[in-house]
Amino acid sequence: MKLAYWMYAGPAHIGTLRIASSFKDVHAIMHAPLGDDYFNVMRSMLEREREFTPVTASIVDRKVLGRGSQDKVVTNIVRKDQEEAPSLIVLTPTCTSAILQEDLQNFVARAQEQAKADVILADANHYRFNELTAAEKTFHQIVSHYIDKLKEMPPRSERPSANILGMSTLGFHNSHDCKELKRLLADLGVEVNLVAPEGCSVNDLKDLPRAWFNVVPYRELGRQTAEYLQEKCDQPFVDITPMGVMQTAKFIRAIQKILNGKSVAADFEPFIKEQTLHVSQATWFARSIDCQNLQGKRAVVYGDNTHAAAMTRILTKEIGAHVVWAGTYCKYDGDWFRNEVQGLCDEVIISDDHTYIGDRIAQAEPSAIFGTQMERHIGKRLDIPCGVISSPIHIQNFPVGYRPFLGYEGTNQIADLVYNSFTLGMEDHLLEVFGGHDTKEVLTKTLTASSELNWDEAASKELGKIPGFVRGKVKRNTEKYARDTGASTITLEVMYAAKEAVGA
Amino acid sequence: MVPESTTLSSPTFECETGNYHTFCPISCVAWLYQKIEDSFFLVIGTKTCGYFLQNALGVMIFAEPRYAMAELEEGDVNAKLNAYDELRRLCLQVKKDRNPSVFVWIGTCTTEIIKMDLEGIAPKLEDEIGVPIVVARANGLDYAFTQGEDTVLAAMASRCPKPQPQKSEEEKKSALRSLFQLGGKKPAEAPVETVDHKPLVLFGSLTDPVVNQLTLELKRQGITVSGWLPAPRYAELPVIEEGVTYVAGVNPFLSRTASALQRRMRCNLITAPFPIGPDGTRAWIEAICRDLGVVPKGLEEREQQIWDALKEDMDFLKGKSVFFMGDNLLEVSMARFLIRCGMIVHEVGIPYMDKRYQQGELDLLDKTCQQMGHTPVRIVEKPDNYNQIQRIYEVKPDLVITGMAHANPLEARGINTKWSVEFTFAMIHGFTNAHDVLKMVRKPLDRNTSLKSLGWEKLIQEV
Repeated sequence: MKLAYWMYAGPAHIGTLRIASSFKDVHAIMHAPLGDDYFNVMRSMLEREREFTPVTASIVDRKVLGRGSQDKVVTNIVRKDQEEAPSLIVLTPTCTSAILQEDLQNFVARAQEQAKADVILADANHYRFNELTAAEKTFHQIVSHYIDKLKEMPPRSERPSANILGMSTLGFHNSHDCKELKRLLADLGVEVNLVAPEGCSVNDLKDLPRAWFNVVPYRELGRQTAEYLQEKCDQPFVDITPMGVMQTAKFIRAIQKILNGKSVAADFEPFIKEQTLHVSQATWFARSIDCQNLQGKRAVVYGDNTHAAAMTRILTKEIGAHVVWAGTYCKYDGDWFRNEVQGLCDEVIISDDHTYIGDRIAQAEPSAIFGTQMERHIGKRLDIPCGVISSPIHIQNFPVGYRPFLGYEGTNQIADLVYNSFTLGMEDHLLEVFGGHDTKEVLTKTLTASSELNWDEAASKELGKIPGFVRGKVKRNTEKYARDTGASTITLEVMYAAKEAVGA
Repeated sequence: MVPESTTLSSPTFECETGNYHTFCPISCVAWLYQKIEDSFFLVIGTKTCGYFLQNALGVMIFAEPRYAMAELEEGDVNAKLNAYDELRRLCLQVKKDRNPSVFVWIGTCTTEIIKMDLEGIAPKLEDEIGVPIVVARANGLDYAFTQGEDTVLAAMASRCPKPQPQKSEEEKKSALRSLFQLGGKKPAEAPVETVDHKPLVLFGSLTDPVVNQLTLELKRQGITVSGWLPAPRYAELPVIEEGVTYVAGVNPFLSRTASALQRRMRCNLITAPFPIGPDGTRAWIEAICRDLGVVPKGLEEREQQIWDALKEDMDFLKGKSVFFMGDNLLEVSMARFLIRCGMIVHEVGIPYMDKRYQQGELDLLDKTCQQMGHTPVRIVEKPDNYNQIQRIYEVKPDLVITGMAHANPLEARGINTKWSVEFTFAMIHGFTNAHDVLKMVRKPLDRNTSLKSLGWEKLIQEV
């Protein structure tokens, strides 16, 4: 047993559901007890999704525990098949099914006989996979399910084209990144053949081999699929994350190399120069005089592999900050991370224990943190500003406005994020030196200045419990009510009566 | 879909497939750890449970909560590790860091399936570490959402102390008095004459302001509340005298607690509607007065006074229809209040219906329907969300009260929704908060009225 308050990566089934619900026409059926369909709430709230999340549960209850699921799972699959007519149904095991050890594969086989949709069992054991590794695995599983079926590969597209692999629902700024990548590829004269899994139909997966090559922007998702496609369809892939000016250039050069290898005469150097000088402001911004302040500023970076590694490189190489330590919670892929950030920071930390991360931040005393929502809160407690660069994230990290982290527009966004984090820190520091904001209490907003009203102890205590932002209003309304009714002391009774009368 | 027959006003009961969305009952730790200030809640489960708590409780996680997961690993599940030793290790660690007065162990689906004997381990470990351990099996195999609180309070009920027999009558009274007047302050208003009655303990976790409000409300009738289950501190659990103490529930989902108090602690259970809405509050107070032999006074005026204050909202809501998809067991009381406000209720979905415990509420619903000329209410136990959505398309209610999983998709289809979980976290009990309930019900309707000129109601592609 492990004492835990917080986890960076969710359980395996979340990964499977993220893949399943990213596809357009896939329905996932969880084999789970009541209440485990919390994924639907997350998708509906965080992504502000307009469609019903295509995930239902085949409920495991006391009866199932006693006699096994029997026909329940099969019935639920067949029913969903009729109601929603999806192309694929993914039976998703949970921690509960992992220990019940029912023969889910058998349910799938039985359901397949009656269902029009394809039915598969996600192969993601709760005790061996986490959200990220399960997503990787399920994506590969679905793609290979459809590619393995092909009798012959479709021909390559006439013009250079690429698949973008690894865009998914609830991914950090994925929809913006996807748009930016499409734009970048279009600028390079590369057609986008297919984006998967987000927004893709499983029936279109058969067209994956048409692309000349694959793009895998994130380390955590799509790589296994890209490797599979490389072997199966002889498709090379680019697995450089185009985040930051240098990596974006490297990404473009890798594409150039692939195209040149297929005897397309492409020279992207002028494009890289033009974009770096004029479209991206990041290079100039870093050079400009007011960014001199950032030179040598101490920062710590923590997040998933992709974002923490890219951010560390940007801070050190493109901004001139000093990364005291860089860390990742992707322990299963720690060697890759260590390798990526070697020489870019003083120390590498590979841990998914948030209290340890908190302690290390406190010890490092950086001027800014770049991390997940957890580090943002650690920063709040320590009074250190934090820019959020990676999942796990909250609703404010699903902005409506255009906020890619990848490509040339991404470099602008990151420049703002970095600069704002550090200036806020500087401003705070100056405020402290000069005695802070004008904190004199504004008395005119309440009646307290001229008030002769007494609040008895219980009532004052109660008032103190009311959230700060409405407390003033409650106080005013209650005192007004007390005056109107001629009460000289405000007791709990008077408070509640005021609430009943005037909604104070 | 509402049955046509109007001669019969008792509600109809149905039961569907149980394929519905609700919160896992372990969510009760969120409000209970805040309510019981010296407690520590240990949820013994997997990453799935942890992920739910972390996401459902959002910002609370960051406030150094007094709850944690005892996360089961493969070694725990295949019994390579000894559960007693593991729990002992974790509890000692928490004891060192936080020093709680009580541990509450929340059993989950996994501990059920692997049959971890928490009830057997707890007393032994309790002796060893010197901190009481209360075990509640609040799992998704058996319960929904708010029923989690029910399992915790039912487990806690048996920890309520017995009265000290050697105390004289006078001492007992003064003890009660000091318990009630925390901090020993003199009440500011002219004290109401207290009536001599059997001790009364209320059960159900409410925020402190609501506890104060309901206590004051009973004080106006001369009734003294001798304690609440739960109390703000574990050490302050109410004294229960077998065969003497009367108990009354404040929430509709507390049926196990009620039967634990009744059977194990030999309390007299007062069957009453729940104090939600002015009608419910009055009926609740009246039932308590009746069982304690107190003649209620001024209640009719008090209720009327609240209705008068609600007039504007009621005029607005009158004739509008509402559909409860059902996920927190507050549905029947809410529906009864809204029918009394003149709304039409298409369907009351509810996870679980204890007709015995909710009898007072069902009777009041029946009476309210008769008075308001409302057709019999359709109560659907263990609803099927898919079927419900088809019914919602059919009846086109003005408002759907539902969980977050369905709220945004329904809004995108031009259907007004109110997030049901808000009713469990907001203050909705008693006369004082009736207005807040209606404000919450009104809010989505008001919002969408104010956006009317925008001209976009359906925000999805029509197929």
